[in-house]
Amino acid sequence: MILIKCPYCGERDHSEFSYGGDASIVYPSLDAPQEEWVKAIFFRENIKGIQKETWQHINGCRMWLEVERSTITHEITSVKPCHKNLQKVIDN
Amino acid sequence: MSSQRIDNFGKINREKQFRFNWENKNYFGYEGDSLASALLANDIRIVGRSFKYHRPRGIMSCGVEESGGLVTIGTGNKKDPNVRATSQELYEGLIASGQNAFPSVNFDLGSVNNYLSRFFAAGFYYKTFMGIPPFEWGKGTAVWMFFEKFIRKAAGMGRVSRLPDPDIYEHANDFCDILVVGSGSAGIASAKEAADKKLDVILVEQDNFIGGDQLSETSFDSNNALAELRSLGVRVMKRTTAFGLYDNCVLGLIERVKDQSNPINKELPKQRFWIVRAKHVIIGSGAFERHIAFNNNDVPGSMTVNASKHYLNRYGVLTGKNIVISTNNDSAYGTAEALVKAGAKVIVLDKRENLNSDLSNNNFEVRNGVVPYNINGAREIKSLDIADTVNSTYKKIDTITCDQVLMSGGWSPAVHLLSHRGVKPKWDSENQCFIPGEAKENITMIGSARGIWGKDDCIASGISGALDALNRLGISKTKYFFPKQGGWENSIEPLYEVKYKKSRSKSFVDFQHDVTCDDVRLAHREGFISVEHLKRYTTLGMANDQGKMGNIIGLSLMADLLGKEIPNVGTTTFRPPFTPVSIGALAGRSVGKHFMPLRTTPMHQWNLNNGATMIDAGLYQRPWYFPKKNETINDAYIREAATVRKTVGICDVTSLGKIAIQGPDSTEFINRVYSNAFAKLPINKTRYGIMLRDDGLVLDDGTCWRISETEYFMTTSTAQAGRVMAFLEELLQVRWPDLKVNVTSVSEQWGVAAISGPKTREVLDQCLEDSSIISNDNLPFMGFISANLKGRIPCKIARISFSGELGFEIYILADYANKMMDILWNSAKKFDGCLYGLEALGALRVEKGHVTGAELDGRTTIDDVGLGNMASNKKSYIGSAMRKRGVLSAEDREKLVGFFPVNKKDTFDSGTIICEKNNIKGFGIGRVTSVTHSPELGHWIGLGFIKGGVEKWKDTIVVGSDPIRNKEMEIQVVSPHMIDPGGKRLHG
Amino acid sequence: MTRFNAWNVFKNGLNGQTGWDRQWRDPEPKQNYDAVIVGGGLHGLATAYYLAKNHNIKNVAVLEKGWIGGGNAGRNTTIVRSNYMMPGNREFYEHTLQLWENLSHDLNYNVMFSQRAHVVLIHSPGALDAYARRYNTMKLTGSDGELWSLEKLKNKIPHLNYDNGRFPILGAIVQPRAGNARHDSAVWGYARAADSLGVDILQNCEVTGITRKNGSIESLQTTRGNIKGKKIGFAVAGHTSVLWQMAELGNLPIESHKLQAFVTEAVKPLLDCVLIFGPGGAAHFYISQSDKGSMVFGGELDWYKSYAQRGNLPTVKENGECAMAIMPCLGKLRLLRHWAGVMDMSMDGSFFMCKTPIDNLYLNAGWNYGGFKASPASGWYFADLIANERPHKVIENHNLERFEKGINLDERGIGPDPKMHG
Repeated sequence: MILIKCPYCGERDHSEFSYGGDASIVYPSLDAPQEEWVKAIFFRENIKGIQKETWQHINGCRMWLEVERSTITHEITSVKPCHKNLQKVIDN
Repeated sequence: MSSQRIDNFGKINREKQFRFNWENKNYFGYEGDSLASALLANDIRIVGRSFKYHRPRGIMSCGVEESGGLVTIGTGNKKDPNVRATSQELYEGLIASGQNAFPSVNFDLGSVNNYLSRFFAAGFYYKTFMGIPPFEWGKGTAVWMFFEKFIRKAAGMGRVSRLPDPDIYEHANDFCDILVVGSGSAGIASAKEAADKKLDVILVEQDNFIGGDQLSETSFDSNNALAELRSLGVRVMKRTTAFGLYDNCVLGLIERVKDQSNPINKELPKQRFWIVRAKHVIIGSGAFERHIAFNNNDVPGSMTVNASKHYLNRYGVLTGKNIVISTNNDSAYGTAEALVKAGAKVIVLDKRENLNSDLSNNNFEVRNGVVPYNINGAREIKSLDIADTVNSTYKKIDTITCDQVLMSGGWSPAVHLLSHRGVKPKWDSENQCFIPGEAKENITMIGSARGIWGKDDCIASGISGALDALNRLGISKTKYFFPKQGGWENSIEPLYEVKYKKSRSKSFVDFQHDVTCDDVRLAHREGFISVEHLKRYTTLGMANDQGKMGNIIGLSLMADLLGKEIPNVGTTTFRPPFTPVSIGALAGRSVGKHFMPLRTTPMHQWNLNNGATMIDAGLYQRPWYFPKKNETINDAYIREAATVRKTVGICDVTSLGKIAIQGPDSTEFINRVYSNAFAKLPINKTRYGIMLRDDGLVLDDGTCWRISETEYFMTTSTAQAGRVMAFLEELLQVRWPDLKVNVTSVSEQWGVAAISGPKTREVLDQCLEDSSIISNDNLPFMGFISANLKGRIPCKIARISFSGELGFEIYILADYANKMMDILWNSAKKFDGCLYGLEALGALRVEKGHVTGAELDGRTTIDDVGLGNMASNKKSYIGSAMRKRGVLSAEDREKLVGFFPVNKKDTFDSGTIICEKNNIKGFGIGRVTSVTHSPELGHWIGLGFIKGGVEKWKDTIVVGSDPIRNKEMEIQVVSPHMIDPGGKRLHG
Repeated sequence: MTRFNAWNVFKNGLNGQTGWDRQWRDPEPKQNYDAVIVGGGLHGLATAYYLAKNHNIKNVAVLEKGWIGGGNAGRNTTIVRSNYMMPGNREFYEHTLQLWENLSHDLNYNVMFSQRAHVVLIHSPGALDAYARRYNTMKLTGSDGELWSLEKLKNKIPHLNYDNGRFPILGAIVQPRAGNARHDSAVWGYARAADSLGVDILQNCEVTGITRKNGSIESLQTTRGNIKGKKIGFAVAGHTSVLWQMAELGNLPIESHKLQAFVTEAVKPLLDCVLIFGPGGAAHFYISQSDKGSMVFGGELDWYKSYAQRGNLPTVKENGECAMAIMPCLGKLRLLRHWAGVMDMSMDGSFFMCKTPIDNLYLNAGWNYGGFKASPASGWYFADLIANERPHKVIENHNLERFEKGINLDERGIGPDPKMHG
């Protein structure tokens, strides 16, 4: 079981979360050309090692999280909200 | 008689006798017995048959490594196959029988295999059974499948009942600071030390008594030890196996709550599956004594040395009278002494020539430099041939009459749980065993699981283990050290196989699977030299015990053949579970109807009360149809659909996804999410919208209402509700954090009824406090408004129609949903209305050519379903860059059309493939996605797709091919808008 | 090489099994090969075999970083079926099924392909419609398929949960020619057959570096020295991205996820088909019984990207729940082992078999859940691609450009979310 420390809810089983995907994807602007979108949507670095990825605390606060995790050992090194303002709200 | 119960030994409760049944005969044992000890006490030697050769098998150990004594407990739907007799507690009325034998384990016809064994070497089945013998003539799989039937019947061990398991299993969760696995001297020491430091400690012990190997000591009192631990606050879980160690120090445990008794207390589960999240795990899981491979080393009466000591001092059973003990290490001597004390005649064969001290204290005969060579006897041991070792070859020197042979080829630490974490063990050649490697995670190995043999050292390692945990958890910084591995006075000498002179020997490495030393040699000869290949080719270590005793022997043989050291041959990875885990325990209470949650709408019971037959839609149940007396589903939905077109109908459509969207940037957000224009949607108006995925294909459709300048209300399809919600959240939190918008799922907060048909207004007149509020002027098509149902129940009414008739959707707070249905239905009844379900809803929408998930199957574009004109050209939105890429905009794509049968009496089904008339094969030119009988048109109609669409095929006759249902029919291609294409009825 | 047949089994029974040779050699690597296949799994070994057999290219090496068949070839649930529907996939998987049907004879190695039928339970009318399209397409393109009524299903498998299930069972849709094969024996069979045609199988030979020169790969650095190949093929499933980046080719439409498999203790015959349970997207589960008697089953991915070959508890639990949901008699049967394989999940659930931006490099990857059954055809078409330097018509769309071209090979209609393509 991977334990993920949700910044809002605390440490929870990964089964409460849903895995999003690669957090390093930069989505092009909506009016960007098709080639940029093809690259962003269909191609992945597929890192073997520590990667930034998104998870959503779908059965909790529903926050989208940016998680740094090893895809080899599953060890998590950092968790933070994807939305930077949310971190501020929690800190206050 | 050779094995027997004796007085003054053991810790069983002789006051309490249990009657049990073995192979249809009754026997007695005592409280505290295991099934194995009770069988031995009754001198029952043959308890099973081996997998391949059906050789007689007796009890060979006293623990979870058992590979001989696998039996079936219980009968009928309580039948429990492949139970280890050694870890099954005896209880009053226990019924057990042997398995993999016909007619019985005592006389098994399958043992003919033993005489044919020369042909049944490892992997022989890969080399034949392909074709007609002897040269495998023929083609295809028929010959194999013929042989396979017989092979399958012969394979397998126990038999599973085909009746549903009547027992209850539970799931439970727990947390602790430190979880200690194993209650041997090391584990107890660890638990005490950690509890002393005020930590929350769970101690897990698979046995029903704590103590581990100490249970074979006469002076050890398990109950005292338990009381002491509990007084320190340690949470002791007996009869609980830590079967797997997972990420973040999470353990899977199985607690056998009721396996030790005849079920009386109905509330208790049979087993409990625990998930425990520990901060640190200390593993004192002990070590397994290995046997020695020599000819006929499997005859009932052969056993590991230490097991015999347990049977004597724990269960009061002397397992033999004339006992030969064969060893290569010091650990066997304690047992020899105990057995002599109990009255057995004991000879010890010690492979080692010169020992530092006399370990026998002159109590029994020791023959040094001597090894076991061959057991004489088939069903029981008659005598043992022994050999001396000259220049590493073995020569028979003598025969000893005996009824038992005990073996100790050394000890293997139980590194299994650590192996689950991917930590490879290291070879310790001094102690001839694999010892645990270093774990980076919070895991500490202690006691003999660490390769430490002496009891005092084990205790010291337990204390060190607790201190190690404290240090690594940052609680204290006490200095500690672990005693070094080993601890015998005289060092062990490798002894894995005593090679037999004859070419075909039966020196078993893996008892249950009948893997012999010759099999290992054959594997080597054929190039299966990697450990994993060896395992897979010979099936060594793949039986119920997963190679707990035999794996190292196999490894050493391969090392020998390769001229390598054992560590250079490798080690196989131990996979969870440590011991087999029942599937019932994994499932827990999620069985039967509770396999998945059931979602119901607030009108669920109301629907049932009013005669609904329900259908599953994802996790929801929705009304399917409302049959009147004797109506079939077809009768019912056709009547319902016709009634809607003629008068009025009411349908529960609550399961739609509902999302509240609020914030100053809501309009911008909506506009980016939908493919059609939304920026100019007026307040109090709603609009049908289509959402695309990032890749430009259709994600979902629904309506979106503008409630205020900054507030919207979105509906989604039932199926995509969850996905759309998560996607919107992702967009706002991940991609567009600058947008000031909040989305909230309100699916559960509202109940929704659709009411439609020409009499809708008349019905609503009687339902609303003020019906003028829904007049054509006040509430035009696609408008919505707040209103009050009679009784001043607030609701929202949207003028939306899925049926193509004048229609409204009424949204009400979930608590009032039943009341709403009462009000609507009481009124509708007066206008000859009906309740209708999903099937009629489908019929009405198919007639209109409205698409649902059957058409929007994740592969269609907005153009494919004929709604391309809706998509905005003036804005960018999710999917806009991608929706026309490559062939997605090709002319000859499959486009939405309607289908009529040419013969109006024909019916057809969804999934029918559309082909050109003279070319009924291949992928076809289209397909049918939805069908219904149209009461309006009086025949069946369908929606679907055809390459090039209606422009190309209008009124052409094609063929619908449905070979799976043996149907074929002529079909006419028509416009998908099969009824009222102008939409006049909408405006009623 | 001693042929495998009943006669020789008998003879060796008499002579103490001394007449068998190594099933494949353990050669020292040569410096130059006509073709080098990276990956000693089923796909790589099959490719080498068909290069030698169909295209007479015999100076071939298969590079395996560990032991052959140690990846997904030895970690799957051994299901062979061809119930694919999208053009390209359909013909490919039908071809693979046909190759399986005669594979034992072709390889002279019993791969134990048992055509015991692949039975998909139907739980809703909507599911039937979706399957009808698929199985009608199969039948119209020369494959087999049947619809079983509830009555027939009950007759065939009486001990399913017909009365007390969360989802009703309405019947089943069946491919009778599908079934199970023995995964390890297919690996060894291809290895032995390829080896006998001259292919060098190099175990413990990990690629550690790739040297490029003038638009092609000049040599591969391995743990057993430098190896040159006129043509190079990658067939490394879940580890494709690693090699791809080693060749400095950037990103791929692939994510590596782990999929667990489960095996129970062996019991007497209980289930004589491959059974699939997938009620309306609420679960996905498949179970069959091995020749040895173990129930073998699996379900969904662990849901998060991973290169670890070990599974996590929630999925173990879910698989137990699925097993009990469909066969409530399994309660007392015990799970013996569970493990995970690293799956090369692609963006549309379909595979890649194509040329690459490097002239002499060919790609075989993206097998999702389909790798084991695909392996014979995978080897067949990949060998064809490498030998002829152009894709066969059947696989002409299985390339990396299909996404920008808008070509749809999405069997489940999920879209570009690799974890969803189970």
